[in-house]
Amino acid sequence: MAKMTMIEAVRSAMDIMLEKDPKVIIMGEDVGYFGGVFRCTAGLQEKYGIERVFDTPINESAIVGMGVGMATQGMRPCVEVQFADYMFPAYDQITQEAARIRHRSAGQFSCPMTIRMPTGGGIFGGQTHSQSPEALFTHVAGLKVVQPSSPVDAKGLLIASIEDPDPVIFLEPKRIYNGPFDGHHDAKSVGWATHPLGEVPEGYYKTELGKANVFREGEAVTILAYGTMVYVAEAAVKETGIDAEIIDLRTLLPLDLETIVESVKKTRKCVVIHEGTRTSGFGAELIAEVQEACFYHLETPIVRVTGWDAPYPHAQEWDYFPGPKRVGRALVETVEA
Amino acid sequence: MVAANATSPKKGKSNSKSAPSNEEKLQYYRDMLLIRRFEEKAGQLYGMGLIAGFCHLYIGQEAVVVGVQSVLNEGDQVITGYRDHGHMLACGMEADGVMAELTGREGGYSRGKGGSMHMFSKEKHFYGGHGIVGAQVSLGTGLAFANQYKDNGNVSVSYFGDGAANQGQVYESFNMASLWKLPALYVIENNQYAMGTAVSRASAEQELYKRGISFDIPGEAVDGMDVLKVREAAKKALAHIRAGKGPYILEMKTYRYRGHSMSDPAKYRKREEVDDIRSHHDPIDGLKKLLIDEKIATEDDLKAIDKEVRVIVNKSADFAQTSPEPDPSELWTDVLREV
Ligand SMILES: Cc1ncc(C[n+]2csc(CCOP(=O)(O)OP(=O)(O)O)c2C)c(N)n1
Ligand SMILES: [Mg+2]
Repeated sequence: MAKMTMIEAVRSAMDIMLEKDPKVIIMGEDVGYFGGVFRCTAGLQEKYGIERVFDTPINESAIVGMGVGMATQGMRPCVEVQFADYMFPAYDQITQEAARIRHRSAGQFSCPMTIRMPTGGGIFGGQTHSQSPEALFTHVAGLKVVQPSSPVDAKGLLIASIEDPDPVIFLEPKRIYNGPFDGHHDAKSVGWATHPLGEVPEGYYKTELGKANVFREGEAVTILAYGTMVYVAEAAVKETGIDAEIIDLRTLLPLDLETIVESVKKTRKCVVIHEGTRTSGFGAELIAEVQEACFYHLETPIVRVTGWDAPYPHAQEWDYFPGPKRVGRALVETVEA
Repeated sequence: MVAANATSPKKGKSNSKSAPSNEEKLQYYRDMLLIRRFEEKAGQLYGMGLIAGFCHLYIGQEAVVVGVQSVLNEGDQVITGYRDHGHMLACGMEADGVMAELTGREGGYSRGKGGSMHMFSKEKHFYGGHGIVGAQVSLGTGLAFANQYKDNGNVSVSYFGDGAANQGQVYESFNMASLWKLPALYVIENNQYAMGTAVSRASAEQELYKRGISFDIPGEAVDGMDVLKVREAAKKALAHIRAGKGPYILEMKTYRYRGHSMSDPAKYRKREEVDDIRSHHDPIDGLKKLLIDEKIATEDDLKAIDKEVRVIVNKSADFAQTSPEPDPSELWTDVLREV
């Protein structure tokens, strides 16, 4: 076991996969020489050479498109899009090529590509550096969508993603790269070094895709969350004293409905939280699934706490960010309803 | 089709004589110094925690925007990326409003909604401030199309970096601009790095002014550290464009002194490289020497300009700290038109 930040954990995953599988390559803007703007790939070019870990020009569309081409030849490209907000030029390649090549070639070709992208807010990035576009991917058949919430999960999930036979969108919640963040932006920041989930096995291991994690067991209400919001949920639970069960989805697509349904049938109440905008956000899908599967077990309407339906602001980050106060209020309303 | 049949832009009149007057040269000095001092102050406020998030300083590149701006006509549009403070000041936007946007206050040009990378001024024909690399080039081409369509004689100036020059939509735009002979000036600010990536590691053809060749767009490399050379080149390019001959590319060879953004330790280049440019090619020092050598101004005159500029910048810093925070209700305004 070693102490790792989430940055070190994803780096370790890539390191291990580069070592293990010559089909793996890492490419993206500033990932090689510079080591990544968040340092996720630092040292990998030195170790594996410029042929396998390399910088690209600022060409999101063509980078991802080339990744599809490489993958159909059996390579396993692990592509970094520097911020999730920059993936839009590549969205066409992701949705119409990567996601569909298996289907439209009737299984002759596939796309075992992983696209890593830092996601989410809380870093004063404003509207072009804070977005949470997961729902734009979960809406696309043919993709897998992953979002870890801790170093230990990040490493296991990234290894599983790189080994997966299909394209995986790997969303890294950048606000918690260096430590868990519970939404109290005024509080002193804590690092992963003192957190049990910063304990990461040094070697190879996989965390299975499509399996949620019961982050905290509880009886009063089920909270569905992922990424940074897991810690916001934890804070809200602590502050309200409500005995909630927190489920960290980890993989959004395919969704681990079984774990979710089991929990909601037990607690009979459900609150869904995410940073992304509300309308047509991933929460809408979660609520639909839960009510379909648990309608007769539910005692109260399912509530969601999300980012507002507005562009991510520059100045008013903490009015926008769904912090523990808003989540706590939803918990109280739901439990007292 | 409208575009193909649209008439060429009216020949705009040049707003300056062939050689700049002494007053104009002094004005360039002042304009460049304003940008430099403004950026230094922004860097300080950032260090003090008064500006959060992203902040990309323009220090070192001042001659580019001041030189080009000096030969634009009223109504010509300017659009750029996220390294935009200098462009805004050159367009005549108030230092107060720019600085207050950096601190996210009500008095900012986007009332705190945009931040450093996203500011606009309809009045000054400044179309942003764009955080997504390369996106502004298509927009700028659209501005040129509208000029042609409206037959208003104006030109749009799209600024973008050496890194942005590799984005696909830049070439889609070049093709359309040339196809339809749009009044578009493309200014590539080649400061030699895109974040940590040197041009040589990202561009197969490093002479970026040649990037228009296959679209039949003339291009020229310019010493972007010399405001007078920039001015000359821009004048020539604008004459071509205003004559209805279509777009033009100017590659400005320039340099950024600071890191890519405030969080960049700039380990990808040597300290000596920066020092060499600073001490031998600084655009402000260069013009200062010329002003003194040609006896256009004395050291004291220039000191007085510096003082005057510092007053403006200090005032903007005060304004940026005293202007109120936007009301939370502003989160939902300007998403769509309010009815
Ligand atoms: C589509 C997109 N991809 C990546 C980025 C991240 N990014 C911001 S600036 C930059 C480098 C751009 O360099 P250049 O065009 O040379 O401009 P400079 O910063 O040197 O002024 C990168 C990669 C972005 N903002 N948008
Ligand atoms: Mg550059």
